[in-house]
Amino acid sequence: MEYAVSILLSGISLGGQFALIAIGYTMVYGILRLINFAHGDVFMVAGLMGIYLSASLPFYISLPLVIVVTVLLGFVIERVAYAPLRSAPRMSVMISAIGVSYLLQNVATYVTGGQPMTYPELPLLYDTVKVAGTPTKWAVLLTPVLVVILVLALTTLINRTKIGMAMRAVSKDFEISRLMGIKINSVISVTFIIGSALAAIGSMLFFTNYQGIYPTVGAMPGLKAFVAAVFGGIGSIPGAVIGALIIGIAETIIKGLPSAWDVSVFSDAFTFALLIVVLVFKPTGLFGEKATDKV
Amino acid sequence: MVNQTKQKKTSWIALLCVAALLLLVIILENLSAWTGVKGILAPTSQLFTVLKKAAVYSLVAVSMNLLNGFTGLFSLGQAGFMLLGAYTYAILTVPAAAKDQVYYLYGGSAIRYSVIDLLGKLFGSSGAGGAVSLILGVLIALICAGLVAALFAWLIGLPVLRLKSDYLAIATLGFAEILRAIFQWQRLGPVTNGANMIKQFPTFTSFNIKNAAGREVLRLSTFVPFLVAAACIFIIVLLINSSYGRAFKAIRDDEIAAEAMGINLFRHKQLAFVISSFFAGVGGALFAMYVANAQAKVYTSTMTYEILLIVVLGGIGSISGSCIATFLYVAASEWWLRFLDVETVLGNGFKVPLLRNGFRMVVFSVIIMIVVLFFRQGIMGDKELPDLLRRRGRQSKSAAAEETEGGHG
Repeated sequence: MEYAVSILLSGISLGGQFALIAIGYTMVYGILRLINFAHGDVFMVAGLMGIYLSASLPFYISLPLVIVVTVLLGFVIERVAYAPLRSAPRMSVMISAIGVSYLLQNVATYVTGGQPMTYPELPLLYDTVKVAGTPTKWAVLLTPVLVVILVLALTTLINRTKIGMAMRAVSKDFEISRLMGIKINSVISVTFIIGSALAAIGSMLFFTNYQGIYPTVGAMPGLKAFVAAVFGGIGSIPGAVIGALIIGIAETIIKGLPSAWDVSVFSDAFTFALLIVVLVFKPTGLFGEKATDKV
Repeated sequence: MVNQTKQKKTSWIALLCVAALLLLVIILENLSAWTGVKGILAPTSQLFTVLKKAAVYSLVAVSMNLLNGFTGLFSLGQAGFMLLGAYTYAILTVPAAAKDQVYYLYGGSAIRYSVIDLLGKLFGSSGAGGAVSLILGVLIALICAGLVAALFAWLIGLPVLRLKSDYLAIATLGFAEILRAIFQWQRLGPVTNGANMIKQFPTFTSFNIKNAAGREVLRLSTFVPFLVAAACIFIIVLLINSSYGRAFKAIRDDEIAAEAMGINLFRHKQLAFVISSFFAGVGGALFAMYVANAQAKVYTSTMTYEILLIVVLGGIGSISGSCIATFLYVAASEWWLRFLDVETVLGNGFKVPLLRNGFRMVVFSVIIMIVVLFFRQGIMGDKELPDLLRRRGRQSKSAAAEETEGGHG
């Protein structure tokens, strides 16, 4: 029982951390129809920033600074690598994203000297409490709460504000919304800013649990978050969150199965098997809108 | 008619060029032994590492180009098919005598024979008979590697090929990741050696011809990957110029129009996918020969991205572009930019800033970003080398006869 509770708790928290990354993917895909392969690496850079900034600054300055720097990075990436390709075929933009991901990983290798780094023990997040008899980090408990608050804030932003309305319009039809006088570039920038900020918050929670940071650490969570976004129906924020929760819980359960079965190696593979099954039977995901191809 | 004879002439010239290139590779590798000069082009020179790796990668890049550039299917499963090929080759060719040592964690392998040993019984295992059984054995293993990859491609293609662009990409990427997990599974240890590497199978250096005293007489270790890659790429070129190839291009340009013209979409997509995977499997086997081991953790999505970048740099839809880009890419990343990794102090005591381990890859990825952003067509666009030569000739003659379909080398 205690074991089940602890597995469920860490599954929910892992899912919540994936959700924070997945929102960035799903929003960008909704607007640009681009799988932003660099998003996982932005997440990794946020982790590295956390290490370097916390080393010299008190955490109440360094953590907000991490968010600011990550947002800046996301903004610059969009302006430099994606904006010039606005009229190019979609594949060029995706390749540009892969290039950015490659660049970020190589820069991270250069800066860290290829050594794995350890994420600092953030006060409060790293402290443990006993839940149902098992010691649990505050980060694990805080993640679902934080995710719910952020998602509520985000849906309010998208449904109630002017910029949110612009975002919905752009994701419906790029060209027409431009004709209607929406400043496409600023809408896209805002999307990237929100996505990066959430990735930065996600990185703090994620790396408090899994402290090792190496240059390719962002690739797997990034891919899984994208799978979560597809699973929930790409473009839909609640869908991404639910998809991420399912993937997080499933992965933790597989990892927690008796070691005599030797199945923990499939924790990543399960996610992708799930993806293929979903794509084949319900390509629009759980909450995706049905898109029709026009001839 | 005029077009056809012209096309024939071009393909003869292309074939001759390839033969000359193969000869050049042999000469280069044996230059130091033949001339007896130690200093020039030692067999350990970086040049040969680059040439071998580039030959292997160019085959994989061309196979990816067949799918992404010519059929318009955006697949990111290449590393997965390479993995299948590498493991098939390794499992089939590890000598029976070495199996216990390689699989020591699992108390020996479940597959007790090796292709080369079986052939050795037929032809004899030393001297000329040994050479025949080595060559035939490796050839059979390479073809099996391709066939296994093709079989899996056929199976995975049934559901996945109905998906559109990005979804196809992410599904094939996921498939490659699943394969990687399966091959690392402890339970399959007696076959795949779990997460450990399989070693001691014949590599490129096994093809260096030695005399009775054990001294190398003729080095063929760079020639072999070139030969295999050239043969495979030649087959792909033939395919692209056939009616199937034209159907692939029609699908790429407009699926709906192609279907209206009577092309069976699914069957052709399936065909392109299976053939591309076959050659990716062969490429994976060659890669295993190049690194002299087979290990699942090498064949990550990063490897697929690398190959995709090569295809893009060369020009999507250009075979010769892919080949040229591979050699440039491998040479630049492995060889030419090496100096950036070394801390350098100039004569007057000035320490050059930034130079440190890892800086090479930073510069390299910046160069790639510049190409991706500003030279979107890549090196060749969708042209082939012969096209470029011909266009110059045509300009001087004036544009009299409009060519409808250019013959690709």
